[in-house]
Amino acid sequence: MSAAAGIKSIREAYGKALVQLGQINPNVVVLDADLSKSTMTRIFAQEFPKRFFDMGLAEQNLMSVAAGLAASGKIPFASTFAVFATGRAFDQLRVSIAQPGLNVKIVATHGGITVGEDGASHHAIEDLALACALPGFTVIVPADAPEAEQAVVMAAQTSGPFYIRLARPSTSVIHGPGYRFHLGQAEELRSGGDATIIALGLMVVPALEAAVSLEAEGIRCRVLNMATLKPLDTEAVVRAARETGAIVTAEEHLQHGGLGSAVAQATAQACPVPMGFVAIRDVYTKSGKAEELLRSRGLTARDIAGAVRAVVARKGR
Amino acid sequence: MPGKDPLLHSSVSLPEASAITSAGASSASREWVQGLSQTAKRLRRHIVTMLAEAGSGHPGGSLSAVDILTALYFRIMRHNPRQPRWPDRDRFILSKGHAAPALYAALAEAGYFPVEELRMLRRLGSPLQGHTDMTATPGVEMSSGSLGQGLSFGLGVALAARLDGKDYRVYVLLGDGECDEGQVWEATMAASHLRMDNIAAIVDRNQLQLDGWTRDIMSLEPLAEKWRAFGWHCLEVDGHDVEAVVSALEASRQVKGKPTVIIAHTIKGKGVSFMENNVDFHGRSPNAQELAKALEELS
Repeated sequence: MSAAAGIKSIREAYGKALVQLGQINPNVVVLDADLSKSTMTRIFAQEFPKRFFDMGLAEQNLMSVAAGLAASGKIPFASTFAVFATGRAFDQLRVSIAQPGLNVKIVATHGGITVGEDGASHHAIEDLALACALPGFTVIVPADAPEAEQAVVMAAQTSGPFYIRLARPSTSVIHGPGYRFHLGQAEELRSGGDATIIALGLMVVPALEAAVSLEAEGIRCRVLNMATLKPLDTEAVVRAARETGAIVTAEEHLQHGGLGSAVAQATAQACPVPMGFVAIRDVYTKSGKAEELLRSRGLTARDIAGAVRAVVARKGR
Repeated sequence: MPGKDPLLHSSVSLPEASAITSAGASSASREWVQGLSQTAKRLRRHIVTMLAEAGSGHPGGSLSAVDILTALYFRIMRHNPRQPRWPDRDRFILSKGHAAPALYAALAEAGYFPVEELRMLRRLGSPLQGHTDMTATPGVEMSSGSLGQGLSFGLGVALAARLDGKDYRVYVLLGDGECDEGQVWEATMAASHLRMDNIAAIVDRNQLQLDGWTRDIMSLEPLAEKWRAFGWHCLEVDGHDVEAVVSALEASRQVKGKPTVIIAHTIKGKGVSFMENNVDFHGRSPNAQELAKALEELS
């Protein structure tokens, strides 16, 4: 694992990746729903005003218009906040995009509870469950700016509907300049044989921190960055179960319907092992600073470490 | 009226359609109108027959849309049934997806697939899904069935035409009950904001929705004024006068800088006396006796 090489905005990486794509492919178009300053699609809009469409506060229209563009050979990137992209326009994702399998790339920012002060209406804690529920969708949650950039480029190059969830806060950069994102493949960030921590998005950094602190106690953890949530790299999950005998998942999402559920399903079928789930329980969160909310919902390195100790204790019982 | 501008663009390759395209002189005008009326009648026969065979489906809103579809597929649109994905084709988008049987009948008559396939409607493994599915049926441009999404989808298709510098036109057929959906008005606002003049909406104003008369369930009037207030050029026609529908669709091509909507006043179940204005036939297929009677009336 490489130590944090500074802090970078994931959203800005997205905007810049769009400009790159716009330069190489004239079919790339971008749509937003009056949030382009927050989603950073504005960076693309400034460069390619004719290929940018601000649909106003109308997310349902946004998604079906994107579908029509995709059906006509365009590669539309549609952006808004994660709560609106999935919650407000779910039926459009389902009927206009998923059922015909159209080539629409939904890049939703402000995922999870680290939106913070905006409160429960803006906390996207169900979006991964909703996106994963759509047959044919690829679902990606990048851990840092370089991964976000590469995931966006990969999405443009891969046919079919994508849901990419980006976090609002700037995050520690864990990937060096030589990093290559591989769609559908878990990235092993740290090796270890006593337990595996599988994390995505903003929880990857605390997962690594937890692994470091556990090593001091003699528990060696494998850490997997599961940036592609769907289709899940079940091979890596099952290998982790077989080789380390215990798994903890960590996600900034509800406990059901996201990473934990998917991993549990994979292990239950092939190699059941003790599992722990670091995730949000069945409850909404109130306003607060991102750090405070992560603490209050048990989404810190300490919580992950605690969960690992618990599953290791259950091993072989 | 139809004489002044023969359909230069129309490339339908069927014998019947080529005959239509060559109709130019006003002396021939009755002929093409009669031709369209005959086509419309065949579509209606296909619709009741396939629905009876399927044992389920939506006759009312299919029959009300027949003359609009006839005008589009056999007079107005530039399309080629042998090349359903021809990039320069005009696009027809059926937003009221439950009228799929009407679209399937038009596509079969136009030559996209054999008329015999219509009997496969709603069967397992059939290309003719209960509601339109663009991945299953040649000539179907959009998957629908959840109301309110077609105008937005059509707007996306029209934007692609603008970006690509193509001159194809997009026609979207909506139900009147469908106009209850908020997304219709999101799309309406966006299309006029973007000054889209390569898209036309047609509202099948048959005044009935599943639960009853639109005026009782959710008032739509003044419908034309609503569309105008949203920045659209609005025309109203008798949706069963195929010549008037053709004329309105031709007029929609001439409108620049804004989209056009044609409110087509229709009768739900049109052409079959006991289905007309009968909400019972919104979503119920005819039984064998009803089919026999319907076909007799449509002979």
